[in-house]
Amino acid sequence: MLPPRFDYAAPTSISEAVGLLRTNGEGAKVIAGGQSLIPLLKLRLASPAVLVDIGRIPGLEYISESQGFLSIGALTRMADVVGSDLLRRRYPIIHDAATVIADPLVRNMGTVGGNIAHGDPANDLPAVMLALDAEFVVEGPSGRRTVRAKDFFVDTFTVALNLAEILTEVRVPRSASRSGGAYLKVEQKVADFATAGAAVFLHVGPRGECEGAGIGLTNVGPKAVEATKAAESLTGQKLTHGEALRRAATLAAEASDPLSDIRGTAEYKRNLVKRLVVDGLRLAYGRSQRGGAK
Amino acid sequence: MARTEHITLSVNGEEREAVVEPRLLLVHYLRENLGLTGTHSGCDTTNCGACTVLMDGRAVKSCTILAVQADGRKVETVEGLAHEGRLHPVQEAFLAEHGLQCGFCTSGMLMSSYALLASNPHPSEDEIRTSISGNLCRCTGYVQIIRSVRRASRLMERHRPKEPSTIPDSSRR
Repeated sequence: MLPPRFDYAAPTSISEAVGLLRTNGEGAKVIAGGQSLIPLLKLRLASPAVLVDIGRIPGLEYISESQGFLSIGALTRMADVVGSDLLRRRYPIIHDAATVIADPLVRNMGTVGGNIAHGDPANDLPAVMLALDAEFVVEGPSGRRTVRAKDFFVDTFTVALNLAEILTEVRVPRSASRSGGAYLKVEQKVADFATAGAAVFLHVGPRGECEGAGIGLTNVGPKAVEATKAAESLTGQKLTHGEALRRAATLAAEASDPLSDIRGTAEYKRNLVKRLVVDGLRLAYGRSQRGGAK
Repeated sequence: MARTEHITLSVNGEEREAVVEPRLLLVHYLRENLGLTGTHSGCDTTNCGACTVLMDGRAVKSCTILAVQADGRKVETVEGLAHEGRLHPVQEAFLAEHGLQCGFCTSGMLMSSYALLASNPHPSEDEIRTSISGNLCRCTGYVQIIRSVRRASRLMERHRPKEPSTIPDSSRR
């Protein structure tokens, strides 16, 4: 399968890339690792006039922790997320997700920014970003702005990027003591998209009660699902209390809107969400009690 | 008609230059422009890994990379493994352990295994399984492939230059 014809540009700075995107308007498309876009091009589901390859812009591959937050550069490869000791120790929810994204070969090319900006409800990082209440740094013709994950995912393959804007960095609130997260995914085979996935993040009080939670779901709706009511139902609840976990899981399943397809019926997927949320909450709570690890 | 692009890259240590359409896939560039047909085009949908090559040392699926993305980079294919007529230890090991039957997946398996052993000379079975999880084999059931990678690890250990030692050469077998 050959992609359709397109022109190609490989800018070496963000401002150059933004300029190219602006000049070429709606016909231009950003390519980073290309692991989502190239299959779409081959299937002719996308046929941009110009590909703007941001993969050669230096300085966008990094994982670093500062006072306020964890920063991940948009071009950071998924393989480097998997290999990051910092993420494995302090942000295991991100490590969990990265290890189940596609396969090691795809992870060697695929980028964090691409996984998020593609807007595919089947991608794993969007749910994680919702659970973590992350924000994204976006650069475009009118400068730099940040967008919360909550406001970023608009619809299937549609995100809150304006014309000629590029996602350049992911920011996650810094890992705090007594917080914990987890990402669980059921897939039919290695490298498949999720039948369903659940990202869970908890802030836990000194007596084991929930002080705040975030829950995101993968591939059970037209976009990554934020299960707000489920997360809110946990506030003040003891996280060792099975009934509270099951109630949150039921609310999460109600927030999901899966379709029946080759991976299972909608009913099966809702049940899967319940199970993944309960298991995820238990794992996240356990991690919160180990201190410092999300 | 889209513009063409001029690319320069290293393939198995040799500098190559080409003028290509931006839509040309790396696998097609290797097979059709360079005649390096050891890299197979299998599923063409990023699933099977028969097209695995190394780009700047990382194992990647060449059916899901544009040739223009390889501009300025170092590409290694299965043809680059053997050296002066001698098979690479990874190839020797696949031969000895029957790590293949039909052979279609083999060049991809070899390249994923080669990349693994370059970064992790003594992988556990779990690490081997994970690192070939993007490569499908429909013949062997993977058991012999895993044995092959373990044997390759031992062979490469034997071939690896040792730390300078005070033991005279004659004491080695």
